[in-house]
Amino acid sequence: MAIALVLVLVVVGSVLFHALSPWWWTPIASNWDYIDHTLVITFWITGVVFAAVVLFMAYCVWRFRHKEGSKAHYEPESKRLETWLTVVTGIGVAAMLAPGLYVWSQFITVPDDATDVEVIAQQWQWSYRLPGADGKLGTSDSRLISAENPLGVNPEDPNGQDDVVVEAADLHLPIGKPVKMLLRSIDVLHDFYVPEFRAKMDMIPGSVTYFWFTPTRTGSFEVLCAELCGTGHGFMRGVVAVDTEQDYQAWLQEQSTFAQLTAPEKVGAAEMVQP
Amino acid sequence: MVDITPRAADAIAPAEVPDVELYHPHSWWTTYVFSQDAKVIAIQYAGTAMAIGMVALVLSWLMRLQLGFPGTFDFITPEAYYQFVTMHGMIMVIYLLTALFLGGFGNYLIPLMVGARDMVFPYVNMLSYWIYLLAVLVLVASFFAPGGPTGAGWTLYPPQAILSGTPGGQQAGILLMLASLILFIIGFTMGGLNYVVTVLQGRTRGMTLMRMPLTVWGIFTATVMALLAFPALFVACVMMLFDRLLGTSFFMPALVEMGEQLSYGGGSPILFQHLFWFFGHPEVYIVALPAFGIVSDLISTHARKNIFGYRMMVWAIVGIGALSFIVWAHHMYVSGMHPWFGFFFATTTLIIAIPTAIKVYNWVLTLWRGDIHLTIPMLFALAFIVTFVNGGLTGLFLGNVVVDVPLSDTMFVVAHFHMVMGVAPIMVVFGAIYHWYPKITGRMFSEWMGQFHFWVTFVGAYAIFFPMHYVGLVGVPRRYPELGETAFIPDSVHTLNAFITVAALIVGFAQLVFLFNMLWSLRYGRDAGGNPWRATSLEWQTPTTPPPHGNWGKQVPLVYRWAYDYSVPGAPQDFIAQNDPWPGKAAPA
Repeated sequence: MAIALVLVLVVVGSVLFHALSPWWWTPIASNWDYIDHTLVITFWITGVVFAAVVLFMAYCVWRFRHKEGSKAHYEPESKRLETWLTVVTGIGVAAMLAPGLYVWSQFITVPDDATDVEVIAQQWQWSYRLPGADGKLGTSDSRLISAENPLGVNPEDPNGQDDVVVEAADLHLPIGKPVKMLLRSIDVLHDFYVPEFRAKMDMIPGSVTYFWFTPTRTGSFEVLCAELCGTGHGFMRGVVAVDTEQDYQAWLQEQSTFAQLTAPEKVGAAEMVQP
Repeated sequence: MVDITPRAADAIAPAEVPDVELYHPHSWWTTYVFSQDAKVIAIQYAGTAMAIGMVALVLSWLMRLQLGFPGTFDFITPEAYYQFVTMHGMIMVIYLLTALFLGGFGNYLIPLMVGARDMVFPYVNMLSYWIYLLAVLVLVASFFAPGGPTGAGWTLYPPQAILSGTPGGQQAGILLMLASLILFIIGFTMGGLNYVVTVLQGRTRGMTLMRMPLTVWGIFTATVMALLAFPALFVACVMMLFDRLLGTSFFMPALVEMGEQLSYGGGSPILFQHLFWFFGHPEVYIVALPAFGIVSDLISTHARKNIFGYRMMVWAIVGIGALSFIVWAHHMYVSGMHPWFGFFFATTTLIIAIPTAIKVYNWVLTLWRGDIHLTIPMLFALAFIVTFVNGGLTGLFLGNVVVDVPLSDTMFVVAHFHMVMGVAPIMVVFGAIYHWYPKITGRMFSEWMGQFHFWVTFVGAYAIFFPMHYVGLVGVPRRYPELGETAFIPDSVHTLNAFITVAALIVGFAQLVFLFNMLWSLRYGRDAGGNPWRATSLEWQTPTTPPPHGNWGKQVPLVYRWAYDYSVPGAPQDFIAQNDPWPGKAAPA
């Protein structure tokens, strides 16, 4: 009999824990509150199903427990009940899937006015590159990486000369403007993860991946690596600061472009590409 | 039609098979060590799996000690932590659960439940175990290799798995891991072909496919899946070995490691992920389907009621098995694969929830108007339903592509998969061991030790993994040996982590009671008789208990009915064995 009581307590305890515990997601700082809404819908549907199934079990165990002389009912199947349950389950699943797919299509459709920002990950630090005045990032290749050119920017590409290079320092972003984060790794898999932005994506050496978002709240947010990348994984941290436009411009003025950083060694860097 | 009535054709007398001396082992070695008897092989598999499982249990303690009390234990460096995580995961998924369900329960139950004398290829079956043992020994050897075992995570994602930034990446760790997996797959294939052919060709007369117990359906379908899925892991392991040893670049693009250009180029790290999860997702169901099958039989037997909707249950098992091959990339929503894949894989993943939900409904509807005996196996079956429903429902978060984005790679994922493919199947493992222990040993286990073990394990496991979801919801990433000072993580999370660790230690120690019970009852348990649960399926109808080599003595059983004739109206008792011709005349003696 204890088991029926414990099953009820599991449901009550789980619901109370959900409602009363202090552990919930961080206050959002991006446009992806749609994701939070879909999550809340999912919590409601799954929570109701969990409570219903476990409470039904508890009732059965209590009501139909073995007593002297009791005998089970004999009923091999019921087509009507099984069809009915299948249809209801299908509707519940569709109610979660539809908003999920709708928000996913938004998630992967980058608005035209989004600014490119490149994130470069390596064991175990974060660097960034902004497109500079021309609005275009120069091409890059990990074969071009050297001590002078740590991000592997192509020195031959005119688009790359004015790119702003932020090596192993904080990234700043202006509030309210959509950004497309172009994600690049030069060694192993990493994942650019800022809990407050909700979005995250793996970074793959040899490929450029992306996600987009619009920062909606100023502040300083911690970057964590969310894909196991070796022994330093847990310590691969960074900071993204979301600034007002004014503060952002002030920060931008202090940064150096690729041309400025490589000017003295430019000839040397160009030679390095030749085999 | 549900097949419950005997047919005219069933009047054929059972075949008598003369005992041929040649078949039987003649020495102690061939009886107990190099045995070709599926039941002995089953016990060897199960014993080895549980022994290596104890290693995984200790590793989980070490991990939890680090997470609950970071900085307290000097020997748990980040390197060591990643090694513990990796080996714990790999052992639990492959060397414990897969080996135990298929090699252990599969070997013991398939021949007995379908009325066969043994597996169809006993010699290959024996080899299967010895190669599995070799795989386990190679795995254990990596603990003693220079540099220790690999710390690449159980997913072994390249490039980091074979680079120097990962423990064992440039040492022996990863090589031994890959070698061990390759051996495991070779050994498994030998056993797996046996299980499939035995089910298809070795059934006794009258045992139609739609009369088989769901246990056999679950193990059979899982084995077919494993035979199709493991080759993907096999080639991935071979390709990674080539990348590591021969300098090929299957999975290795041009990359710069710690400022040094490596000679790799042109390979695709994401190709490995596709191969890995093409194996890895079916693997979840390779563990789950035998559990589904076994728990169906436990519930039916101990509720004295036929499993509700047997045919639907069979089709759900087969349907889940087939669908599980087109959902693999839901492990890769944020892997950087083409984002359009998200639509396809989210849809297939949520569709698989429907047959899975049907199974849950049919389990609880089997309880409805049953005659529920709250035996230890029944308690574990109930605990399975609770934890499986919980873990299955959180799967709807992670399967629904966009909801997965904030949650992936957080502790929410860890909580989810532990609940659904750790705790839930292990509840079934325990339920099944308690259920079949009397058949295997001829003795009953200690009831009070079983009760103690059940309550601590069920309540404790729920207390470990339910709150862990909320740690992930806060945003705590998985595979972090410590959280350090992180602004968005409140101090209360550290307190919760300490609580989870304490619960994990308690649950771990309770397993010693289980092991003690198994050993103690072997000698002091009371005599169980041949069919203590008054069950219908064939393994309970053997002429002697424990069943000898050849299982049935002179006559293999003749089957008249499905495995679920409990509480049939008008029957003399509340179960009718599958080989009982009631209401026809009794089988000739």
